[in-house]
This record gives sequence, structure tokens and C-alpha cells, in this order.
Amino acid sequence: MRTVFIQVAYIGASVLFILGLRSLTRPDKARRGMQQAAIGMVLAIAGTLVNHQILDYKWIGIGMAIGIILGYPLGMWVPMTAMPQRIALALSFSALAATLVGVAEYHTGLRLPEGISHAKAAALGFEVLLGSLTVAGSIVAAGKLQEWLPSKPLTFPGQNLMNGALFAFILGLFVFLVMQPQSQSVFYVMVGLAAVFGILFVMPIGGADMPVVVALLNSYAGLAACATGFAIGNQVLIIAGALDGASGLILSILMSKAMNRSFANVLFGAFGSQTIAAGKKAGDLQVRSISVDDAAIQLAYAQLVIIIPGYGMAVAQAQHQVRELAELVERRGGEVKYAIHPVAGRMPGHMNVLLAEANIPYDKLYDMDEINSEFERTDVVMVIGANDVVNPAARTDKSSPIYGMPILDADKARSVIVLKRSMAAGFAGIENELFYDPRTSMLFGDAKTSLTGLITEMKNV
Amino acid sequence: MIILELYVFILAAFTGFMVISRVPPLLHTPLMAATNAISGISLVGSLIMAGAQHSRLATLLGFIAVVCATTNIVGGFLIVDRMLRMFQRADKRAPTQDDRRDEAGRRATDKE
Repeated sequence: MRTVFIQVAYIGASVLFILGLRSLTRPDKARRGMQQAAIGMVLAIAGTLVNHQILDYKWIGIGMAIGIILGYPLGMWVPMTAMPQRIALALSFSALAATLVGVAEYHTGLRLPEGISHAKAAALGFEVLLGSLTVAGSIVAAGKLQEWLPSKPLTFPGQNLMNGALFAFILGLFVFLVMQPQSQSVFYVMVGLAAVFGILFVMPIGGADMPVVVALLNSYAGLAACATGFAIGNQVLIIAGALDGASGLILSILMSKAMNRSFANVLFGAFGSQTIAAGKKAGDLQVRSISVDDAAIQLAYAQLVIIIPGYGMAVAQAQHQVRELAELVERRGGEVKYAIHPVAGRMPGHMNVLLAEANIPYDKLYDMDEINSEFERTDVVMVIGANDVVNPAARTDKSSPIYGMPILDADKARSVIVLKRSMAAGFAGIENELFYDPRTSMLFGDAKTSLTGLITEMKNV
Repeated sequence: MIILELYVFILAAFTGFMVISRVPPLLHTPLMAATNAISGISLVGSLIMAGAQHSRLATLLGFIAVVCATTNIVGGFLIVDRMLRMFQRADKRAPTQDDRRDEAGRRATDKE
């Protein structure tokens, strides 16, 4: 009877997880669907709690209570702008849970009379290897995103060779462990080295490539949970882990595609580490800067304005000012649309969340493919803290490192206003021709300050 | 047994690919937060480890794992809900303070 209840609870949970993820294909159904997925989680927990293997509930109760106390602020109080590092941190939590269970399971298995089978050693090895790698890697990623660690890629000669050798060695330990499941020291050395590899693996990856890495770590965390399922023979873990693994993999492939770079190139290329000599240097070109009042007049008489947000908007936390300005344009009869490049920001969908937070309706947010044809009839494009995603060199300059990357065609608009802190090159270290285009004017300064100025001026126009 | 589990894995992975590749870029961040919350399912393994009294070490590790996984589940589902609440269509958007102020301003202008 009890086993039946447990299995029914697990099946119910699996179905609700899948339905919950499916609801994310529709923004209007998503919230309800994810609430159902949360119910699925409660079901899975309830099913587990009646498991006859559990003899003592004391530590379970205390642990869950602490988890609720820690989880509530992480869910309710973390600002949307801190979302990338919040997600990276959460990844390390879920991977840590999987790793610890794996270690405990191994430790317990060694003391059983029958020992650990080869299959179980493989599952446990996979679990702690991926888990430990993800814990270390996502802590480094979170540190970089929070800027506790330098977000520039850290590289040294022979890095890829060393990482490759280390990885091969870890794989060797894994194979050895599967053949000799009782060799404890091999198991623990593997856990430690996987963590070292996780650190070395994320260190050389720069800020703008973070979306790919965070998505990939997401996939690993899912697969670690999945391996836990194999190790303890639990289907709901396998299903949920496989869903997470698939999701992370899809996202990281999409992100690499949006940068026109292969997966391998993102992970081992350490993009932007060297200042790229190629590409046009802009010594003799002139930029045209614009005053706040002139920019406000341009916006006030525009019929169609497209706003292109980038990481700079997130850093300045200017999304609310963006909305305010857009409403002023709309009140004067203009139309405002938002063009979102898939890799704008530091994680997949970063800009969409920030704009939604500022109460901008999502039907005004457009993907690259949807909006690129509209730039030609656009009066003013406003680029807020974005750079490489609007660089026309990606279309025209074969020597440019971003050549071939799909971009937003801002340069086709009638006029462009770029809000930028300074003339520093973008993440990729490449000059952006768009800034020197005669139709472009630059509004220098912090995005929030500039936008606040624009709002005041717009009210007076 | 392991073959059965491989079946489950492969079918679940396929389902995941089919479902998730249709999620629009608009909701990619909520998707990441959601899969994060769901990966808190490791709690299932952690609970058993924390309560099975295999050994003191196993209980301790299980206990820490319970804390981590619960944190992820609670924090993860709350944050997904918070995010998804923000995604509104223009026609269904709840009026903000600014809107109300604007509305009042417009009425005042109309009277003039």
C-alpha cells in the first residue's frame, strides 16, 4: 500500500513537472503551470517522507526548516538585477545536494556486506563528478557575475592543454573506479579534482559568454540529479534531472548560435582575452555627441522608436526610467518597441525579465527575427548600454572576430541615439562602426542619469 | 533494472527537448529558474540519506543536502512565481502608481 502511494506520488510529480515546463511556452499560462509544478514537488516530498527506509525525522525536520528560512529571502528579496548570480548560486546548491548524497551513498555502500556494484559505482561516480564540477564552477560564475571575481577572462599559456590533461586524468579515475568500486581514495581524489576542474573551467570565461556557461552548468546540475536517480533507483529523480539537463543543453546551444560561435569556441576560446588587432581602428573617425535636450526633441517627434537594451541598462538599473521615457513618447503619439538580442545581458532572457519588472508589457518586447525588418522605417533607435549586438562589423567585416554573429540592424534606422558611459570598446574589444555613423549621436554618461535627464526634458518639450 | 532506468531517462530527455525547445526567449530566465527549482528534486535522495541512520557521516551529509535542496525548492518556486507575475500583456496590466498619477493628470488637463 505504502509503495503504491509512493509510486503514484512520483508519477504525479513527474507529470506536473512536464506540464509546468510546457506551460512556459505560453506567458499567460506560465504562472498557473509552475504553481502546479510546485504542487508536484510537494507530492514528491510527501511520497518520500513515508518511505520505510527513513527511521528518524529529526534531522529531516531541522534541515527542511533551515532550508525554508534560507529559501524565502532568496526567492522573495533578491532583486531582479541580481538574477544571474542568484541563479548561478542556486545551481551550486542543487549540485552540492547531489554531490553530498553521492558521497554519503558511496560511504554507506562500502560498509554493506555486498559492497558496491560496477553499475552503482558508475552512477555514483558520474553523480559526484558532475556535481562537484558544477558546485565549484557555479560558485566561480556567481562570483564573476557579482563582480567579486574579475569578470575578464583569466588565461595563461598552455591553459587548454592543462585543463584537457586534468579532464583526461579525472576520466581515467572514473573508469578505474567503475572497475574497482571499492577503491575509496580514488573516489575522493576524483571528487576533489572535479572541483578543481570546475574552477579552472569557468575562470577563463568572460562576462559576456556567461549566458552559455550558466546554461551549461544548469544542464550539468540536472544530469547530476539524474545520476542520483540511477544510483538510488528512483525514477522521479531521473525524469526531473533529464528535463533539467535537456533544458540547460538547449539554452546553451541557442546562446552559442546567437553568437555564431561553436560550443567549443565559447568554452575554450577565452574570447576577448587579447585586444584584437583586426577590425577598424577608429583613430580618424569622429563621433558626434548629443545633448539631452536635442535627444529629447528627436524622441518627442518620432513616430516609431525602438529601444535596444543591453548589459549597461542592467548595470545602471535603468529599466524603470526606460519605461517612464517610453510612456512619454507614447503619450505624444509615438510607438515604442523593444528589440531584444538573445545574448543581451548575462543570462538567457535577462533583458526580458528586467523590462517586465519595470512593468513593460511583454507584447512590446520583440525577438531579433521579429523586429529586424522594422528598423528601416524606424525614426529613432535608442541603444542603452548594448554594443556588440548592434555592431555592423558582424555583417560586413570578415576580419572581425564577431563576423557572422546575427545582430540587430540598428544601423538601418533613420537615426540612432546611443547611451553609453564612455567610448570604451565593448566586451569583445572591437570598435563599433555604428558609433561613428553620421546618423548616430552619442549621449555619454550613466544610463540612469541620462534617461532621467531625457524624461525631464521630454516633459518640457 | 538499469535498462528500465535508461528507458525512463531517454524518454524523459526527449520529452524535455520537445517541450523546452518551444519555450520563447521571452521566458528563458524564468525557465532557468524553474529548472533550478525542479532540480531541487535531489531532496528526495537527501531526505532518505538524512533519515536512514546509515552512519553519522551519512546523516550529516544528508542533513546538509536537505538544507541545500529545500532552499532551492522554496527559493526557486517563489522566484519563478515572482517573475512570471511580472509578465503582463498591455491590455491586462494592473495599473501602476504612475498610471494612476498619469490618469489623474490627464483628467485635470481635460477639465482645463
